[in-house]
This record gives sequence, C-alpha cells and structure tokens, in this order.
Amino acid sequence: MPYDVNGTAVEHDEEGYITNLSEWTKDLAGVIAKAENIDMNEEHWEVVNFLRDYYDEYQIAPAVRVLIKAVSKSMGPEKGNNKYMYELFPYGPAKQACKIAGLPKPTGCV
Amino acid sequence: MAAQDIDIPKLHHPLEIPKLKCGAMADSMPYPASPAHQESVGFPGELLPDWKERALAKMKELGEKNRAFKVYLDACVKCGACTDKCHYFIGTGDPKNMPVARQDLLRSVYRRYFTFAGKYFPSLVGARDLTEEVLNEWYSYYHQCSQCRRCSVYCPFGIDTAEISMAAREIMDVVGKGQKYCNEIIGKVHKIGNNLGLQEKALRATLEGLEEDIEDDNGVSVRIPLDEKGADILLITPSADFFAEPHIEGLIGYAKVFHEAGVSWTVSSYASEAANFGLFIGSYENMQKVALRIRKAAQDLGVKRIIFGECGHAWRVAYSFLNTLAGPWDFLDPKYPVPQHILEFTWGEIQKGTLNIDKSRNDHIRLTYHDSCNVARASGMGDEVGGQFEIPRNVIKAVCNNYFDMAPDTIKEGTLCCGGGGGLLTDELMDLRTKGASPRMKALQDVTEEHGVTHMAAICAICKTQFSKIMPKFGYDMEAILSVHQLVSNALILSGQETEEDAGETAANSDA
Repeated sequence: MPYDVNGTAVEHDEEGYITNLSEWTKDLAGVIAKAENIDMNEEHWEVVNFLRDYYDEYQIAPAVRVLIKAVSKSMGPEKGNNKYMYELFPYGPAKQACKIAGLPKPTGCV
Repeated sequence: MAAQDIDIPKLHHPLEIPKLKCGAMADSMPYPASPAHQESVGFPGELLPDWKERALAKMKELGEKNRAFKVYLDACVKCGACTDKCHYFIGTGDPKNMPVARQDLLRSVYRRYFTFAGKYFPSLVGARDLTEEVLNEWYSYYHQCSQCRRCSVYCPFGIDTAEISMAAREIMDVVGKGQKYCNEIIGKVHKIGNNLGLQEKALRATLEGLEEDIEDDNGVSVRIPLDEKGADILLITPSADFFAEPHIEGLIGYAKVFHEAGVSWTVSSYASEAANFGLFIGSYENMQKVALRIRKAAQDLGVKRIIFGECGHAWRVAYSFLNTLAGPWDFLDPKYPVPQHILEFTWGEIQKGTLNIDKSRNDHIRLTYHDSCNVARASGMGDEVGGQFEIPRNVIKAVCNNYFDMAPDTIKEGTLCCGGGGGLLTDELMDLRTKGASPRMKALQDVTEEHGVTHMAAICAICKTQFSKIMPKFGYDMEAILSVHQLVSNALILSGQETEEDAGETAANSDA
C-alpha cells in the first residue's frame, strides 16, 4: 500500500523505500517514520537533514562513519557514536534513516 | 518487523541434528528482481510465456558445457553423508535444506527429461515434471543455500551443491525469474563500478575523510590514494570497506601497512569492487564482465601487481578464476603472485620485521577467528598448502595476545557459513540468516564460556555485515565482529607516531 500523505499516495518498493525520490516531503518523512515506529524529534531530523544534504552532493548515502563524525560535530561526542545512532534508528542509521530521508537503500555487503 | 519474531533454535552443540520440520521454510524467498534489474544484467524482465522450454534448454546446455554439473546430477547415490552438514538444515530443521534433498529439487527434473529411466518410468526413479510449482520451489530453496560448500567436504563423490545452486539460479535468471538483491547489485557494478553505487566524487571524499581520521588519531599522515597512475599496487577491495563498520577499520589497516612497508599503491574508482556476484547467480558472462573491469583498471593505471582486500567470494573468484576470466596478466610484474591477498602481503611484512607491532594494544580483546567459507574451501593463500587457514591465524597471533580457535569441526575446511553468504545478505531473508547462523553462534558461545572470548574476526565483507546484524541476537555487541586488519591497525605503531609511553617520557623530562 502506498504511503498516504494528506490524501496523496506516494509509491514505495517492497521494503518501504520511495520509488520516486523527488516525491519526498517533510510530511512524507513523518508518515514513513510512523510506519517504522519512530517518533521524530529534533535529533532524528538532524540526521535526516544531513543525509539529504549529503545525497544532494554525492548521489549516495554517507558511510556510517561519516554520518557519525557529522553528528559528533553538531550534537556533541556523547551522541556521535554508533550506539546512539542505533538508539535513534533501531534498524540502523544507514538503512532506516535513509528510508525516512527518502534516499535509496544502500546496496551491497552492507 | 518480522526480525523480532524469529524463533532462534537453542542448540546444545554447534552441529546438533535438528528435529525435522517439514515445510518449515517453504515460504522463505527473496524479493524478485524488477524488470529493470533483470535487464541491467542481460536477462528477460519477467517470466517468459515459454519459460519451461527455455529452462530445459538451459539445463541441457549446462549439462553439455559443464561436465561437473552433469556428473553431480548423475553421481549421487543418496548415501546421506551430507544430510546434517548444512547450517541452514541445522538451523531450520526443514528436510529440503538437507543438501541432497535440495539438490534433488533440480535433479528430479533433470532425470525426467534427460535420462532413459526418468523419461519412461518417472515414478520409479523419483523423476518429476517441470511445473510452475517446481519452479517456485527452486526459487525458495536455491535461495536457502549460501554456496558455502561445507556439504561437499563430506560427500564421498565430492558433489558440489554450490554448483547446482548456481546452475538453478542461472536457469531461473534466463527464464525471467531473478532475485532482486544480486541482480540489482551486479547492474550497479556494470554501470558505476561497485556494489554500493558509490561514484568517484563520493569515493574520493570518503577516502580523504579517512586520511584525516588517521592523522587525527595517530599524528602521522597516511595516504589512501585514488586513481594514481604509475602506482605499483592496485588494491581491489569490497566497496563495503568504503562504507560499513567494521569494514572501514580494515581498510585503514591496509593503508597503514602499505605506508609502513613503503610501497606505492592505489584504489581505482573504475574497479572499486572486489565482490563479484556473478558467481552467486552462476552467470559466467556477468562474472567475466565484472572481472574485466579489474583488468582495465590495472592497465589504465599501469600497476605492477594486484592485491585483494578482505572479501571471501572475491578471493575465490580472484584466486581460482581471474586468469580464465580476465587473463593473461603478462603485463604485471612476474615476481608477484597474481593476485595476492592482503594477508599474504601483511604476513610478509611481519616476517621481514618492517612493522612495529605492540600486541598489548589488543589486550582488551579475547579473540576467535571465523574462517570464511569461500576462502577456506575454494581457494588457497601463499605458497603452502593450507595457507588460507594459517596465514590469517599467523597475522592474528602476531598482533593479538589472546587467541582461541573454535571447535575443530567448525573451523578451517569444516567451517560453518556465517549464514548470509552466496547472495542471501538481504533483509527479507533475516529469518533464514538468523537460523543459519545459529551453528556458528553456538560454536562462538562455547569459546566464550570456555575461554572468555569477547570478539570474533573475519576476512569477508559479507561475514562482517552478517555478524554485526546477527551477533546481537545471540548476546554479543554488534561491534564484537572485527576486521583482521582492524586488529593489525590497533597494534601497529606508525613510524614517527608518538606513543603514550613517549608522551609520558616527554612529560617526565620536561618536569625534570
């Protein structure tokens, strides 16, 4: 079933990643997060915004290490670590956060 | 997500024979490839109307072209030696995951159409018609084999289940029934050069970021060169080494070793992938197309030698098939093996004494080592028989004081699969992956109980990712899986690097 964003249908693949990346909106992110049982707070948004900026520049999601370095700079070293990222996104910052940010799923041996 | 509901088997022994659960895994199957994914690797977009004729024609062709495949189909006498050797059978109890039974899903069809007895007396010899139901059964169970080849070690005829799984997947691909995970990824390698779809700009930024990290951590500048013409060594490593943890720590380890050895080396953005999923789907054409990128990169950059990073099946393809797929390599320096494994290189440097190692830097770790299936059973390493078992252990023992092997029947040539190999490292197969990992996890838990083992090292990108997802389900931290070169990196003191002891001395001197 497509995501329903205020009455507009947004298609996604079997795993919930949106198929047309240009259809992403903040409201859609909220809908995807809800489907993932994530209550978006400021820190979630900070990660999602960073992912989107990085994707704009490089057409791919950043390595987890790169994400953590950026988070460490903006939120402080106590939050810039893998464990905290998994607290925010229990199914992994790379995959679950990308899904909410409207990015394609990272593929390969990752 | 369903991952939380997985019924993890409680094994009393890593190789405990399970109670049979008929049909337990009949619904397990990976997502199908979309028409775009299929076409990107040269296969029809969807199941063709004449799929049955095409499947049988492909089976016939494989039997004529690949002698081993035909022998494997003809030779089995159902002795049963393989029945309890598969980690997926042990973990799931589904009798169709006994290697002989899984093979027979295809063998029964082969018999029906290509043997005298099967053509005329099918029911007497267990021969069956190829129907859509059979095709769906293939799709399910040939994606419950990680092609790890443990069963073939115990087969008195040496029948290789992996070959049969690969053939089955190839037959399914040519009739339009491909798997999303593998085919999407192979398409990305053809287009961009790696499994991730990491383009040159992003790769360069990632490597520059890692150089900064190494300098911040060690006070010494270590380069990770990209596309440097005239470098001696071309490093071909899995793209997970540019992206995931603990893989990246391994890449940092390779860079530090190359730096200390004083050699010139480079990564290629064109051939930025060691993995070759063409193997998993049994497609020679795709495997060759991926391998030829390595040849082109080596020629364009003018390197003298090729070294592979920590990647299991890549090493199988490189060690066993690279010359056939993309040779001859007569433009490389004949003084060096083609290809060489990064562990051979590092072990050589350790023996020469070029690396300043402080083993105590790994004293917080009590370690065991998981032999990756494709390295252990499908390749060699170095000049001596069994080098693929000994060289990794030699390097580990040179950098780590506390090392303990797991049970002998679960390591080396008898090693258990991580549960995610052979193109199964995809989230929708998490149930299978978890159950299939349970024999390895039990062997690990045993050395934890006996020797207080805290961490496990591996030299395969798939193993590392699989374990970082699976180990937390068995009571370990996700960071308890390590790259072997991460351990090397921990213990290696770079030339010019100020150590804590040096800092202490300087402080003491200035106090005086």
